[in-house]
Amino acid sequence: MSRAPDGGRIPAPLLVPAALGTAFLVLPVVGLLVRAPWSSLGAQLAAPGVGEALRLSLISATLATLVSLVLGVPLAWVLARSRIRGRSVLRALVTVPLVLPPVVGGVALFLVLGRRGVLGGPLYDAFGISIPFTTTAVVLAETFVAMPFLVISVEGALRAGDARFEDVAATLGADRWTTFRRVTLPLVAPGVAAGAVLCWARALGEFGATITFAGNFPGTTQTMPLAVYLALQREPEAAIVLSLILLAVSLATLLLLRDRWLGRAVP
Amino acid sequence: MTLQASVALRHGSLDLAVDLEVADGEVLAVLGPNGAGKSTLLRVLAGLLPPGGGRVAVDGTPWDDVAAGTHLPAHRRPLGVVFQDALLFPHLTVADNVEFGLRTRGVRKAERRTAARAWLTRVGLDGLGDRRPAQLSGGQAQRAALARALVGRPAVLLLDEPLSALDARTRLVVRAELRRHLTAFSGSTVLVTHDPVDAMALADRVVVVEEGRVVQTGTPDEVNKRPRTDYVARLAGLSLLPGTGEGRVVRLDGGGVVAVAEETSGPVFAAVRPESVALYLTRPEGSPRNVWPARLAGATPHGATVRCELAGEVPLVADVTAGAFAELGLEPGAAVWATVKASEVAVYAR
Repeated sequence: MSRAPDGGRIPAPLLVPAALGTAFLVLPVVGLLVRAPWSSLGAQLAAPGVGEALRLSLISATLATLVSLVLGVPLAWVLARSRIRGRSVLRALVTVPLVLPPVVGGVALFLVLGRRGVLGGPLYDAFGISIPFTTTAVVLAETFVAMPFLVISVEGALRAGDARFEDVAATLGADRWTTFRRVTLPLVAPGVAAGAVLCWARALGEFGATITFAGNFPGTTQTMPLAVYLALQREPEAAIVLSLILLAVSLATLLLLRDRWLGRAVP
Repeated sequence: MTLQASVALRHGSLDLAVDLEVADGEVLAVLGPNGAGKSTLLRVLAGLLPPGGGRVAVDGTPWDDVAAGTHLPAHRRPLGVVFQDALLFPHLTVADNVEFGLRTRGVRKAERRTAARAWLTRVGLDGLGDRRPAQLSGGQAQRAALARALVGRPAVLLLDEPLSALDARTRLVVRAELRRHLTAFSGSTVLVTHDPVDAMALADRVVVVEEGRVVQTGTPDEVNKRPRTDYVARLAGLSLLPGTGEGRVVRLDGGGVVAVAEETSGPVFAAVRPESVALYLTRPEGSPRNVWPARLAGATPHGATVRCELAGEVPLVADVTAGAFAELGLEPGAAVWATVKASEVAVYAR
């Protein structure tokens, strides 16, 4: 850029920490790649349980993202557009899961939806439905942790968007619901997509809330992060392979996001 | 359709209280400086902003009646609005934009297509229906926005600074087209603008709004020739001198006396056109006319002439030719004598 007259030379007090920071972020991933048992990779991937955990992870993260979209986009609209009282309080409440340790979230979910929980108790007494330690619990735990990412992303997109288009739609006979479907949503679609990808990635990596609320049962609640942690105790090589798979999925997510975020960072 | 509105609204520092009436086929321009409340008034008429008090009715049907608790939301009002920046939906094609209002009102697809194509042809965008709004020029976008507003046969058309986002040349062309479409439109039109040229060229009647109040109404010609506030006088390029008529002279409120050609009495305005003011370095002798000492407060090129702001007992604006300006060797602060013939001063009751 023409803004830097000295060819963009970086001052040492900034360069050194920046380089260290980069190394700190990149080296663990490099270590993972170096230590990977490339020769036995095929066999490890085909091992029983790996495919199961991966499938469960992908399905539950996708379901959690769908639930987040159905509930989170309307919530983002309310936060960005409505004039209800206590909107800032609502926003604070909604974003609590962002700062809450996931394990605490898991405990909280357990207290509400467990067999003796506020909602879970009546549910079990009336229908015999028990949520904890099921795949449903995995999806709920992931949704709890990941949905705020979607809400914040979509709310930001809505605020950045030009609300005058909604006025135009109203003068053309569109009620608020029609306006939302035909104008608002299409205009913030990129923001919704980015939020959904972020939400999905967060759900895929969820560990604390899942293991607390859903437990660690292979086939029903053991997702990839749980499998990685467990494998590390017994056979580190398997843990590396599972980590590589998660890394590949994460990189694919990053590539999906690249045009939106990394592309925008460079003017 | 007759639009009758009596709107009161407090919105931040704005205190709006405006009455207006627009007949069938009439174009009313709401002219005023930025922040006068013009756009707020338009949003109230559109139903986007509920008024704090008053009534808006079209052909006797109330759209807003604060006393009766009536508020028809924007999407239930049969109106068309054209905004300053066209605001075509960027995710839809131009044709889909034009069809939007028909679609929300349940018109069938084939019918929508036909109507949209007809209107695109009418505004000169034949064959551009498949384009995205981003592929249109500013003038084309504003034409499409007009088609989108008119395709649903609204009872009322609201135009919010429809030409101000366009460059000068395009504005000229689109203004002429808009005039044609407004002539053909049978409903009531309200045009909000801060550009007197738009008001003069497009409107049958002008309402001047300043600080939330109507300060003058009349035909464009009346408002142009007999301004009642400094703002309007400046737009019309006149110096407005309020005073009291005493026979053939007007004693000005700000001090000084103006000789006029006709007898008047009571509170009057004396209006002087810049081109009827002559400037001299020494006090001119001769025929009886108005002669005042003044200082040159500012000078700006204005076409082939230089517009000179004069400070003194009688504040005036004078247009002198660039040649004369150079010959006089005028500099800011220079002392001059300004003269105006009595017959060149327009006088009218306040």
